[in-house]
Amino acid sequence: MTHSNIILSAKGIGKYFYEPEKFKVLTDISFDINRGEFVTMIGKSGSGKSTLLYLLSTMDTEYEGNLTFDGENLTQQTKERLAVIRNEKIGFVFQFHYLLPEFSCLKNVMIPALKLGEYSREEIEHKAYKTLEMLGLKDQALKSASKLSGGQQQRVAIARALINDPKIIMGDEPTGNLDTKNTSIVFDIFKQLTSEFNQTVVAVTHDNDFAKASDRIIEMADGRIVG
Amino acid sequence: MKKYKHNIDSEIAYTHLFSKKKQTLVAALGVTVGIAIFIFMNSLMNGFEVSSVESLFKSTPHLRIYKNDALSKSLVVSTDSSKINLISNPKITSESKKIVNPIQLLKLIKNEPEVVGVTPSVSSNVFYKNGDSEVAGRISGVVIEEQNAMFNLQSYIVDGHYSNLSDYQNGVIIGVGIAEKLNLKVNDNLTVTSAMGVNKLMKIVALLQTGNANIDKTLAYVNLPIAQQLQKQNPSYITDIYVNFKNYEQTKSYISKYQQLTGYDIEDWETANAAAAAANKMRKMMAMAISMSIMLVAAFGIYNILNMTIMEKLNDIAILKALGFSGKDIVKIFVTEAIIIGLIGIAFGLVLAVILINLMSNMWVGGDVGFFPIRVFPKYFGIGIVFGLVVTFLAGYLPARKAALLDPISIFRK
Repeated sequence: MTHSNIILSAKGIGKYFYEPEKFKVLTDISFDINRGEFVTMIGKSGSGKSTLLYLLSTMDTEYEGNLTFDGENLTQQTKERLAVIRNEKIGFVFQFHYLLPEFSCLKNVMIPALKLGEYSREEIEHKAYKTLEMLGLKDQALKSASKLSGGQQQRVAIARALINDPKIIMGDEPTGNLDTKNTSIVFDIFKQLTSEFNQTVVAVTHDNDFAKASDRIIEMADGRIVG
Repeated sequence: MKKYKHNIDSEIAYTHLFSKKKQTLVAALGVTVGIAIFIFMNSLMNGFEVSSVESLFKSTPHLRIYKNDALSKSLVVSTDSSKINLISNPKITSESKKIVNPIQLLKLIKNEPEVVGVTPSVSSNVFYKNGDSEVAGRISGVVIEEQNAMFNLQSYIVDGHYSNLSDYQNGVIIGVGIAEKLNLKVNDNLTVTSAMGVNKLMKIVALLQTGNANIDKTLAYVNLPIAQQLQKQNPSYITDIYVNFKNYEQTKSYISKYQQLTGYDIEDWETANAAAAAANKMRKMMAMAISMSIMLVAAFGIYNILNMTIMEKLNDIAILKALGFSGKDIVKIFVTEAIIIGLIGIAFGLVLAVILINLMSNMWVGGDVGFFPIRVFPKYFGIGIVFGLVVTFLAGYLPARKAALLDPISIFRK
């Protein structure tokens, strides 16, 4: 495992959609992201930024080109290994919260850590409480995830993404459902993670203020990087 | 790296099951109905079959050894043309029907490993008389204890006791049809006249009812010596030897062996009861076809309901995969769920099957059958459990594996 400063590297990434007809969504995308960077990706709807993010997060494995993450070539990995990488090193926040409705908020946050098995159950619970507290959700911890408001659910999803101290946090419009106050809370957390803990954040956003305040903006149009 | 094992897969499976109790129960009920019907129908068919085979073997042995009537040759042609050819009237030879040295033969057969019962018998055609009334019939001289062991005689004695025959040398057990026609009851006397003109006054010790009117109206059992006397024969005179095997279905394969062993004619139960045997075979094939169809229908039902339960959770599968759960974890979670649903369903299914069998066994059919001949066959309960587990496992495994192979994003995009 190399300890170069580059955490994520994309080389000549291309992707097709086959339905309803063959269509090239991404063309020849290459870039590097450094450790501790706070990167936002912007662009119009259909520019391919979310699709790119899914490729980077290993949740989509049908693409051309090559991805390297934390010194490991992702393109050649088995699905089992990719699952382990996602669990251990990647925290993902969806546009919709995607919580498991049968579980409490606390359990939702704990599940990735229980899967990872690096800490005892008590330690994980303690950490989950702390993360929820940081996001202003301590009181909601034991409620069922389906009983919360949209903004609260989104914050639980962010807490879940943070629980395993991932090397990289990816968000597909993570603040899309949040009000200004909560957006700034999330932004501050992301900022703190990158500057203090050397974690990396890659977020797709429509929020220009959010993007401008980040370290770097990758702008996309028609499946290419334009700036 | 992995320091703790938190068993999160099972935890997720249990939570899925408990948070939707109603759905879990409905799915389990699908298994219950499938299993219960499967066991019940198989028990029904098998109970019916066992009872019809039992009724067949009430009077038929698995194998009968006898000497066929032999005709004297009508024409003895001499090869030497100078000699005279002998022509005679063909007639049944006087020595026919008699088995030579039966005691030795009985011993020989008794020592064969597949034999469970063997008994000699002398049968002859007689007239039963009480005063002026007269009924034709067939009398069977038997060793009553052996006869009872082979044909379970005691189960269709309706009056008196079969063992009284060994106490009264001149005792007779007659069918209820004869008793009715001649207006006789136990302890009454009855005159038996044989074709050889021998008259014997016998005492009725028991009445028997097989449910087969033909037998009940003609058959009587007496002690072996009486039957021999009726035929004016000595104590070594035996016309038939009855043999029962451990497994009646293998009788056919023993025929040639016993032909060689004894040198006499052999008749197996299937030949003696060709119609009944064919019906039996047909019933077996029918039972097999019905059992297979039920298995198929039940399997489909169980598979469908479990498959549906998993497909509803497709989004959860994608979320879990996004969080870093591998395909194996997904399969484990849903197979656990399916097996638990299966176990609950099977448990209820076994109970339901017992209830159904009990209900059915209390139904009165009448005739010589009585109550419907269904009972609990442990074999079908075993098959039911295995069948249920296999189907629920596959119903969990197949769709889960399919979902586990997908990229999480391809599920979200739908």
